[in-house]
Amino acid sequence: MENKIKAAYESAPKTWRQQLLLVLLVLGLLAWSSSTVKLGNTAGSGLEVAGNILSGIFHPDTKLLFNFTTSGVAYLLLETLCIAFLGTIVGAVISVPFSFLSATNLVPRPVALLGRFAIAAIRTVPAFIYGLMFIRVTGPGPFAGLLTMSLCSIGMVSKMFIESIEDLDKGILESLDAAGCTTFQKIRYGILPQLFPDFMSTLIYRFDMNLRDATVLGLVGAGGIGAPLIFAMSSYRWNEVGAILLGLILLVLVIETVSARIRAKLTRG
Amino acid sequence: MKLYDRVFRPKEYRLPNGKIVEERFTRLPLILALLLFCSVVSVRVTGFDLGVLLRGGQRFFDILFAMFPPNAAYLSKIWTPLLDTIKMSLLGSAVGAVLALPFAVLAASNVVQNRWVVRLVRLFLSLVRTLPTLVCALIATYIFGLGTMAGTCAIAVFTFAYVGKQLFELIETADMGPFEAMEALGATRARAFVTAILPQILPAYLSVSLFCLEGNVRYASILGYVGAGGLGLIMNEKIGWREYDSVGMILIVLFVTVVAIEGISHAIRKRLT
Repeated sequence: MENKIKAAYESAPKTWRQQLLLVLLVLGLLAWSSSTVKLGNTAGSGLEVAGNILSGIFHPDTKLLFNFTTSGVAYLLLETLCIAFLGTIVGAVISVPFSFLSATNLVPRPVALLGRFAIAAIRTVPAFIYGLMFIRVTGPGPFAGLLTMSLCSIGMVSKMFIESIEDLDKGILESLDAAGCTTFQKIRYGILPQLFPDFMSTLIYRFDMNLRDATVLGLVGAGGIGAPLIFAMSSYRWNEVGAILLGLILLVLVIETVSARIRAKLTRG
Repeated sequence: MKLYDRVFRPKEYRLPNGKIVEERFTRLPLILALLLFCSVVSVRVTGFDLGVLLRGGQRFFDILFAMFPPNAAYLSKIWTPLLDTIKMSLLGSAVGAVLALPFAVLAASNVVQNRWVVRLVRLFLSLVRTLPTLVCALIATYIFGLGTMAGTCAIAVFTFAYVGKQLFELIETADMGPFEAMEALGATRARAFVTAILPQILPAYLSVSLFCLEGNVRYASILGYVGAGGLGLIMNEKIGWREYDSVGMILIVLFVTVVAIEGISHAIRKRLT
């Protein structure tokens, strides 16, 4: 028995050389990038600052938190929620044609590659640059934020859409053909039921992400809760930061729980 | 839902064996009404106006056209921040992914028996996950001063939360047979975890970490905006001076880098799974 195990061990392929090489490569990369770590310049006051921030965050400004006018946390959260919601919907509407044009099982390969290239290019531009571009169109405010969100959603949403389109089961379409269905019936009963749950699940997930990324919009004044948050942080009003963060974290957690439940229902059918 | 079913009666079918089955009336109108309501509220709150978009739409391209042709002479000054960005995302992802492992183990209910530990660690993970990365970066700049250190920290925190969540779900779906066998043979739980579960989750763990790295390169470019080093720093500067042709050059370099890193990581991930 033991000899058999030993023999099996010895006949296993010896990969330690490759593994060593890999480990060295990873370690080398990490050593190379460790130049970004610079300790010591503000280490003394750093802890103090961290303490101040933490105490501020744990003593949120209740006046701001329970202020129900347009400058209170509740309204800002509603605005952020609305930006994320409409941004997701507009982004989805733009992504659908994009993703059908980039699915390799529907269009010729060069066209699909071109579509993918366009999507990758759209994804590269950081959100705040889109924000700046849209502010020229609409002026500062939530509308610019909405448009930015929708453009930023396109990248990931169409990538997921493409995957679900390429996973389409063609057998169903063939059997519908064999049963003599019209084109409309094939789309209604063959394609839509396959795509719809995947699409919805992607969109709900993206809505989640948009809500979380909405703070970025505040950088350029494109509405939502980001701008007050960043103003409060850069003027060291940590109590306000605490109030805003508390609201935001609660909202995100609630939305996440709800969306996880809906998505689980969608995938189970 | 009960009220809805009472208003719109379910359709009844009598099967050949006499059994009656009900088909509930479609929920579609309800969902559509809800979506419509949300859209109307959102349009009201955000001031969505198609007219403004149609009238001023072409102004969107002002900056875009100003970026072309990109300022090729600026290329020589991009390399250092670009390398900074790559280094920040590499180190940040590595640190975050390694830190995530112990927390993910503690959050997995099939390895840790104590319910309260599991709940507490999970709550901690979701709290960190909901913390916006930008806020992390800003706080890090106050603590560590302006520079790449702050960016690395922010990326590490983000990676930690993301990988931590994915990883504990992976551990929970791992095959527990080998683990139980090891325990029956008298191994400690830690030992059993390392030899029985770790090999199962390792490929997926590395794949998730690499996926996170891909996103982090993109994200690291935003972090510069709050002074956390990297490409974002010079991007912010050039936008401030309205030198959009230089911004265009930075974006092209970023695009090539992101595509290259995504390609490499995609190839590795394909081999892993």
